[in-house]
Amino acid sequence: MAKDQIQYVTAPKVEDNRKKYCRFKKNGIKYIDYKDANFLLKFINDQGKLLPRRLTGTSLKFQRKVAQAVKRSRHIGLLPYVTDSLK
Amino acid sequence: MQQYETVIILTPLLSVETAKEVVAKFSKILTDNGAEIIQEDNWGLRKLAYPIEKKSTGYYHLTEYKAPGELINKLEVELRRDERVMRFLTISLDKHATAYNDKKRSGAFQKKTKTEEAA
Repeated sequence: MAKDQIQYVTAPKVEDNRKKYCRFKKNGIKYIDYKDANFLLKFINDQGKLLPRRLTGTSLKFQRKVAQAVKRSRHIGLLPYVTDSLK
Repeated sequence: MQQYETVIILTPLLSVETAKEVVAKFSKILTDNGAEIIQEDNWGLRKLAYPIEKKSTGYYHLTEYKAPGELINKLEVELRRDERVMRFLTISLDKHATAYNDKKRSGAFQKKTKTEEAA
């Protein structure tokens, strides 16, 4: 019974140790189309914000291209700037 | 001649004919000044992700063309002057982008699902 009274002060860090890879380098994708909104949905969270590299695992070069594409598609109204329940 | 791509969003208030006429006006500006239009794509009326100028839908039109650099300024002045155009975006295309567009035009993505198509 002593075991179940253990309260962790900080949340135990759950190890997600599957190997992250940059899907653009792997699939040989060279250009990210800003007009293709449902492909870009994979890179934004449900508030419409850009996902960080540590979650998506993309390389720096392609993270910049994704960021630019998402900002362009926001400008022409395909993606919202901010929303509460996107997906 | 550099290759460019312009997306134009027109207000939904005007009828389809006047929308086509506005689009024809801009492609005429392009062709008159020595641009070569490669592809015109009409997405028609689409729902916007957020209201632009208090409207929730917009008439989308995409034009891909080869043009001399200084023509872009002239085109954008015209686009700003015309109040039926709510928003526009002009992009210069690098070699990856042009390769992607050619592949898309040649239907290389039909077999794959739309989400995978950014290859």
